[in-house]
Amino acid sequence: MIANYGYKDGSGEYYISIDTDKCIDCAANRACLTACPKEMFEMITDDYDDEVAWVKKSNTRTLAYDCAECKPAGGHTSLPCTTACTPGAIKHSW
Amino acid sequence: MNAEVAAATVAEAAPEKKEFWRWQENVWFDETKNWKDAKVITCGIDVGSVSSQAVIVCDGELFGYNSMRTGNNSPDSAKNALQGIMDKIGMKLEDIHYVVGTGYGRVNVPFAHKAITEIACHARGANYMGGNKVRTILDMGGQDCKAIHCDEKGKVTNFLMNDKCAAGTGRGMEVISDLMQIPIAELGPRSFDVDVEPEAVSSICVVFAKSEALGLLKAGYTKNKVIAAYCQAMAERVVSLLERIGVEEGFFITGGIAKNPGVVKRIERILGIKAVDTKIDSQIAGALGAALFGYTLMQKQAKAA
Amino acid sequence: MITAGIDMGSRSVKVVLLEEIKVDGAPQLNYSVKKAHLMMPGDIDADQAAEKAFTEALAAAGVSRDQVTSVFATGAGRKQVEFATEGVTEMTAGAKGAVFMYPQARTVVDVGAEEGRGIKTDSDGKAIDFAGNEKCAAGAGSFAEAMSRALQMSLKEFGEASLRSDKSIPMNAQCTVFAESEVVSLIHSATPKEDIAKAVLDAVASRVCAMVRRVGIEGNVVLIGGMVHNPGFVASLKNAMDVDQVLLPDLPEFVSALGCALIAAERQH
Ligand code: SF4
Ligand code: SF4
Repeated sequence: MIANYGYKDGSGEYYISIDTDKCIDCAANRACLTACPKEMFEMITDDYDDEVAWVKKSNTRTLAYDCAECKPAGGHTSLPCTTACTPGAIKHSW
Repeated sequence: MNAEVAAATVAEAAPEKKEFWRWQENVWFDETKNWKDAKVITCGIDVGSVSSQAVIVCDGELFGYNSMRTGNNSPDSAKNALQGIMDKIGMKLEDIHYVVGTGYGRVNVPFAHKAITEIACHARGANYMGGNKVRTILDMGGQDCKAIHCDEKGKVTNFLMNDKCAAGTGRGMEVISDLMQIPIAELGPRSFDVDVEPEAVSSICVVFAKSEALGLLKAGYTKNKVIAAYCQAMAERVVSLLERIGVEEGFFITGGIAKNPGVVKRIERILGIKAVDTKIDSQIAGALGAALFGYTLMQKQAKAA
Repeated sequence: MITAGIDMGSRSVKVVLLEEIKVDGAPQLNYSVKKAHLMMPGDIDADQAAEKAFTEALAAAGVSRDQVTSVFATGAGRKQVEFATEGVTEMTAGAKGAVFMYPQARTVVDVGAEEGRGIKTDSDGKAIDFAGNEKCAAGAGSFAEAMSRALQMSLKEFGEASLRSDKSIPMNAQCTVFAESEVVSLIHSATPKEDIAKAVLDAVASRVCAMVRRVGIEGNVVLIGGMVHNPGFVASLKNAMDVDQVLLPDLPEFVSALGCALIAAERQH
């Protein structure tokens, strides 16, 4: 399952997608939990009883602001979260 | 300050507090059946921000439901919704084997055995209502919009939810209903009563779209034409959300907006796909899915025992 | 030589006339501002509004139209100013105007009714980088405006009230439309108005601040745009950005129009 957390508003589209099929047997030892300076990832048991990461509810409406520091206006080459997640389960839409 | 003067003008144009947005409330049950014949009775309760639904499922088949406006207190809303249908059919809480809560207030259904997210429940409900060919589900609620892609079993394969921004939610519709002083149920039909289909309002943001709508009125657009431009903008907005998860045939719409043809027909037009028809009230999809989950869980338990 | 800068905002048109005079042989710049023509919400005759504001500005300054050698326009509606020779972005204009007023400024925060953005500039007032949150009413002044309306206060009272609060109540709603309901329920739960006002202004400030952080906070910070008039917002912004001082120009709404006129003058040389 691809779970998209975030939103789209007048200013743009801000989604962090988690590919739960890649996330279930995490080969990176759940590295996202500690990699993100805003600690926005959390483990949950989803509706189909899989243990996967999601983006905390308190962050899903503020992603553009929360991730601002990882994404300087001058451009960024790598993000702590996507770098830490070696299985490649995490993707950003912006 | 300039901004204040401008703001005052907007405030003047705003209507007094009349309830132009009230959604229909209703109770229904299948009179051809008797719930007392059922082996397993499960219930799904969807406490949404605007309306709450309780659905009774007998042996995996829809039996009855109640849909009403959510009050300030979620536990009461859950209870009242369920009471409404139980009273109608003479059922008691003890008669129900399993209760699943869903919706934003799902944790506030005190008598529920389990809480399941509305995403999974909507997919499951849509799979029942629209059949197993349903792949793309759009749910427009009062304060959010969900786009879901599912497989033939109604299991979610891709989803997104937008509950940050009022654009593309029932609330966005209420704003135009308030502004135009036209009941929400009339918006759809009126939006087609225009000589030529206008271009969509260009702002996504409801706040700016509202100013734009005022400007269009000033420029001589009829109310209907402004509503059409606004509905088109809503439709385009929703389509952009759907595109993120991928649109496939077997398109199903749930939630309050399903009853607004002004938006629905325009979505269909943009996508070039017609939504799957259903005789069942689209607002109950979440609660129905929850009740069906309850039924599956009961069966699993029975097998294990 | 006289040049003009016109800032076509979403709510009003701002005009600045700039004259270059020679004092002891050295060029010096004088400018006059014209409080602008107000546009109604959703006004679509923006070109007429610009024309009117420009004519009024000329009359007030006692300058005839053909004395003005060049007119530059900026702002969201800059393309609608038919008599402008050229358009420049709000970033370019804002940075130029801000550095002219405060040569030591390197970070420009521009918060008007509909837009909030951070701009990084060099010592010439050339914008190097910017990040904004546009087209969402929650990222700028109109968010505060809508909430002050819900509290039945003027924006000024609202800003002042927030200064009297030392609470920080987080707001859940990120959208102007949803936040209105949240404010209404805060009123119902008897939350003091000043605490609500502060919660709202803190929310706007933190959004604006996140955008400014994307360009990096460097050197002196100057705030331009209509929100300068809101002392509560200024306090919230200082707090969010964690800086001791934010420079506040006297005529904050005109900084971009001024920048625009300055660029027009530069191009004449
Ligand atoms: S970009 Fe930074 S703040 Fe955003 S999720 Fe990744 S690590 Fe966290
Ligand atoms: S774009 Fe407008 S409607 Fe959407 S979140 Fe922003 S303020 Fe709300």
